[in-house]
Amino acid sequence: MNLLEHVGRYSILMYQTFSLPQKWKLFFKQTVKEVEKLGANSLPITFIISLFMGAVMTMQTQMNIENPLLPSYTVGLVTRDTLLLEFCSSILCLILAGKVGSNIASEIGTMRISEQIDAMDIMGVNSANYIILPKITGFVLFIPLLVIWSMFCGLIGGYFISLMTDLITPATYIYGIQYWFIPWYVYYSLIKSVIFAFIIASVSSYYGYYAYGGALDVGKASTNAVVNSSILILMLNVILTKILLS
Amino acid sequence: MIRLEDIHKSFDQNEVLKGISTVFETGKTNLIIGQSGSGKTVLLKCIIGLLEPDSGDILYDNRRFAEMGQKERTNLRSELGMLFQGSALFDSLTVEENVLFPLRMFSELNNKDKVKRARYCLDRVGLKDIYSQFPSEISGGMQKRAAIARAISLNPKYLFCDEPNSGLDPLTSIKIDELIMDITKEYKMTTIINTHDMNSVVTMGEKIIFIYQGDKEWEGCKEDLFYAKNEKLNEFVFASKFFQKNTENAFKE
Ligand SMILES: Nc1ncnc2c1ncn2[C@@H]1O[C@H](COP(=O)(O)OP(=O)(O)OP(=O)(O)O)[C@@H](O)[C@H]1O
Ligand SMILES: [Mg+2]
Repeated sequence: MNLLEHVGRYSILMYQTFSLPQKWKLFFKQTVKEVEKLGANSLPITFIISLFMGAVMTMQTQMNIENPLLPSYTVGLVTRDTLLLEFCSSILCLILAGKVGSNIASEIGTMRISEQIDAMDIMGVNSANYIILPKITGFVLFIPLLVIWSMFCGLIGGYFISLMTDLITPATYIYGIQYWFIPWYVYYSLIKSVIFAFIIASVSSYYGYYAYGGALDVGKASTNAVVNSSILILMLNVILTKILLS
Repeated sequence: MIRLEDIHKSFDQNEVLKGISTVFETGKTNLIIGQSGSGKTVLLKCIIGLLEPDSGDILYDNRRFAEMGQKERTNLRSELGMLFQGSALFDSLTVEENVLFPLRMFSELNNKDKVKRARYCLDRVGLKDIYSQFPSEISGGMQKRAAIARAISLNPKYLFCDEPNSGLDPLTSIKIDELIMDITKEYKMTTIINTHDMNSVVTMGEKIIFIYQGDKEWEGCKEDLFYAKNEKLNEFVFASKFFQKNTENAFKE
């Protein structure tokens, strides 16, 4: 299938997905489930990754700017801005594309090949709407929390380094991460992450929904979902950065 | 009653259905039989609207599918029940929630009555005390029963079964077949069943159509099956040695 066909089918699927739920009560119930499954369950991995990345960033920044002309609080400042600008939105979403994307694609793919989606269609249920909309809604709603959580954990990671090594003193680090703080960077990150979350959830749903064949094909769908949503995130990141930061 | 008029269906170059016309009768178990790959599943999917036929029409009690609007089609869906080859139970829901699902989606009953109805259906198919189990925790035969319960929860007029006893042992198969027959009579449904299991054919075949490579080769009832003068049908029917020996006196008593 060529790119144009994919875009066409994706658009049709999104059109079906974004209609009013047939039963609001069921929709809310499903959305809460998805918030837990896709969002809340990603808190631990976000914690671990952000903590360690924050720590490493602090160390590397310190080692790379051993320049007497630069004040020592630069370390905190650079770490903070790297976290806010790139890590907690783009990189975090790339990692979540692996976790959440494969989860969504394999779940929907399994429903497809075991005819559960057909069963819904037969009943007259809008299967795309029933299955996909709560996933997109749940994940997009929760991603800002994950981003903020990731920022917090990253900064804590750097703080641990300042405590445990003599690269930088805690006081300087704390001063650095507060110095010349630009709130827009946080909003910028949040806006990007919401868009990325939509990409992850919708593209993965697309690959799962149109899976066909057997268990092997569900695996393929899930790989495709992760690879393609990652590529899309990387490309969109360039565009969004251009639009939002210049 | 469901009438098929000259149904054609192709996938790219592969012509799977080559013009099938027949009538499936109300209150009877109608069978579609044929070898693997003959197009049974495709035909069933065309009848229930999961696949769009390339040409031809389907009449549900004289209502033409092709002439129906979107709304009428959705209404028609609530009259259909389908039992899938692999049961197709929703594996994130318990057995009871599975049966409740169509009720929650479409029924106007209040919550208590919905649960009552779901439990009634589950009891009807012989599944008691496993309401809160998940599909993965019950046996294949029980899954089939649960799927039947789900299919009949909205009181459908038409019931479709794709190989209802694939993957089941002979005894369980017979029980499932009998259940489908009983339910068909009890609710006066038009039931269409895909099968290549000769045991089912001789128990349920009140009306049989035999598909061979996308063509309807033969139609009749189980009593005629063994005396039919059709080479391809004979080949299919007498493939099993058991039926070669037993057909002589199968219907004599
Ligand atoms: N979605 C599809 N796309 C392309 N070809 C298909 C599709 N579905 C079915 N076919 C083809 O249609 C033919 C008939 O398939 P079908 O599933 O109806 O057989 P069947 O009679 O149900 O067999 P079985 O008894 O094994 O279930 C097969 O050759 C299959 O390759
Ligand atoms: Mg089949």
